[in-house]
Amino acid sequence: MSAGLELDAVVRDPATRIIVCCGAGGVGKTTTSAALGLAAAAAGRSVVVLTIDPARRLAQSLGLAELDNEPRRVETGGPGELHAMMLDMKRTFDDVVVAHSTPERAEQVLANPFYQALSSSFGGTQEYMAMEKLGQLRARDTWDLIIVDTPPSRSALDFLDAPDRLSRFLDGTMIRVLTAPARAGGRAGLRMVSAGFGLFSRVISKILGGQLLGDIATFIAALDSMFGGFRERATATYELLKQPGTAFLVVATPEPDALREASYFVDRLSAEGMPLAGLVLNRTHPPATTALSATRAEAAAEAVAEAGGKGAKLAAGALRVHADRMAQAAREQRLADRFARAHPDVAVRAVPAAAGDVHDLDDLAVMAAALTAADGDTGTGTPRSRILPARP
Amino acid sequence: MTTDPPVRCHVVTGKGGTGKTTVAAALALALAAGGRHTLLVETEGRQGIAQLFDTPPLPYEERRVAVARGGGEVKALAIDLDEALLEYLELFYSMKRAGRALRRMGAIDFATTIAPGLRDVLLTGKIKEAVTRKVDGRRVYDAVVVDAPPTGRITRFLNVTDEVAGLARSGPIKAQSDGVMAVLRSPQTAVHLVTLLEEMPVQETADAIAELTATGLPVGSVLVNMATEPLLPAASLARAAEGRLTAAELAPALAAGGLPDDPAVAAGLAEEAVEHARRWQSQDALRGRVAELGRPVTELPLVTGPVDLGALQELASRLEVLR
Repeated sequence: MSAGLELDAVVRDPATRIIVCCGAGGVGKTTTSAALGLAAAAAGRSVVVLTIDPARRLAQSLGLAELDNEPRRVETGGPGELHAMMLDMKRTFDDVVVAHSTPERAEQVLANPFYQALSSSFGGTQEYMAMEKLGQLRARDTWDLIIVDTPPSRSALDFLDAPDRLSRFLDGTMIRVLTAPARAGGRAGLRMVSAGFGLFSRVISKILGGQLLGDIATFIAALDSMFGGFRERATATYELLKQPGTAFLVVATPEPDALREASYFVDRLSAEGMPLAGLVLNRTHPPATTALSATRAEAAAEAVAEAGGKGAKLAAGALRVHADRMAQAAREQRLADRFARAHPDVAVRAVPAAAGDVHDLDDLAVMAAALTAADGDTGTGTPRSRILPARP
Repeated sequence: MTTDPPVRCHVVTGKGGTGKTTVAAALALALAAGGRHTLLVETEGRQGIAQLFDTPPLPYEERRVAVARGGGEVKALAIDLDEALLEYLELFYSMKRAGRALRRMGAIDFATTIAPGLRDVLLTGKIKEAVTRKVDGRRVYDAVVVDAPPTGRITRFLNVTDEVAGLARSGPIKAQSDGVMAVLRSPQTAVHLVTLLEEMPVQETADAIAELTATGLPVGSVLVNMATEPLLPAASLARAAEGRLTAAELAPALAAGGLPDDPAVAAGLAEEAVEHARRWQSQDALRGRVAELGRPVTELPLVTGPVDLGALQELASRLEVLR
């Protein structure tokens, strides 16, 4: 069976320079990232947390009321330092364009309607720009730990695939067809692609009107000089993620879809030789006592209600709450066991669901403690890698 | 006296994880009750509808997936973008062959990547076609239910005229998008928002309603999904949520019910009851914010266990108010 995940050691270890929190959308990657940042700062490290799309109140509690694409210091009162920032995808893309071209060229690109579409809504731009920002933060060398929250995509794999998808797009047939005349600079190239290009332009102008084609051509020509730079940077950051100083943390809730995503992701990391720290099983519902089974609690609720007397309704209600809780914990443990059987080497940390939303530093501190406490350190005797105790 | 024309195009959106596909499917069932015909449209290529109705992946073709109470039927369609574009090219320009050649070149991928607005025009165009389709002067579908993109993208998705305005200032696609917009802005369309009683989904719902309203798109109901009932007596909830519920208080009743005296069990029960009350209270507090949105609200119960046809029917019975 899988071992407990000791995250305290991971965040304290000075060799850990980057922690990437991955997982399907809606599993709590952002809160996990922020809570780990808090824990690392409390352990005396100088941390920056790069969040992608935090809930409004969480963002406010981190002092991220404005989206300005720069790290801001969060007052934690601890020995270390915590900075947090929220990624501004478009602004990061704009910065890359400006950095890689002449001022006139940059102006041309930024004003182009196609660039505006690509930089704000291309599926993958957010992931690509998160990588870009990570590369920038690492290059600044101001922090000794960078924690990255990944974009809220449907698939956890998107984070790893998106940069390549953008490169492939920029390298694709259509781009080559459209840029070939410019690249070849002469008739030969033009003749070679003219058949395809002619068809494309005919259809496009028929459907969309002629002006569009001009916009595309201008855009492609302007971007052409930057392609190399884009690809190089994406590749460099990707390589950085394979270094030993990086720890991937896969976050999932105890639900079939989220764990399936986590499974794919774990397989992919191991195929790519990327360092996995473990799985955070977030929002579990461990019961406060396991001495009473769901079935017995259900039966007892009936017996208590029948016996009547003072407090009978309340006690019967509490027994029903417990029966529900045991059943839910059993479902969650079954899913966790299934994951563990498929991935016996992956260390696991279960983090109980908070009763309300996690939206201020106190809530985050509670989560940080649940993430970093020692595996065996619980009141119920159930290790923190599990939801219910292992059957004897 | 005139009444408003009935809503025939129901667009269902919601934050990821709120169960909008399930709710859309249940709504399609509800609207098909009593011998009516509905079409359930998938727009994001996830085959979520096929999974729900336990059928093989849907082709780009309207297929019957369920029979509703009273002999109605639900058909489903997963819109395939390439096929929709080819259909469009053939229909309006008799250019199917050219379209296939372009697809081989990767031009369709390219065009929809570089101009996502194009994708939305094709999807909404297909929806409009289904809503307005007539055979022998009669509507083919009494209602069309759309499993639409999530709240964060819904306004852009539906506001196709603006989306293509930057790309095409004139020409046939402009005319096409204007026609789509006329249907989407009309009273026969309603955009329903699925939410949970959690902070972020409620906030996103509020944001989406503001955006939709500003764009002149008709907002329908707010559908609160996965709502639960408190298991503790109503009179004790507030006290429990404050943490003023102790093991000592539970112990006599437990003993009267024949449970062996175990302080650890009583303490555990008290702790879980307090947490239950707190969780319920933080959900219930959000009911107030949902009511402030000023839209009709329908609550759907949490389905424990697998979401199968029986569960969908159960949800559908709650959604018949939207007919």
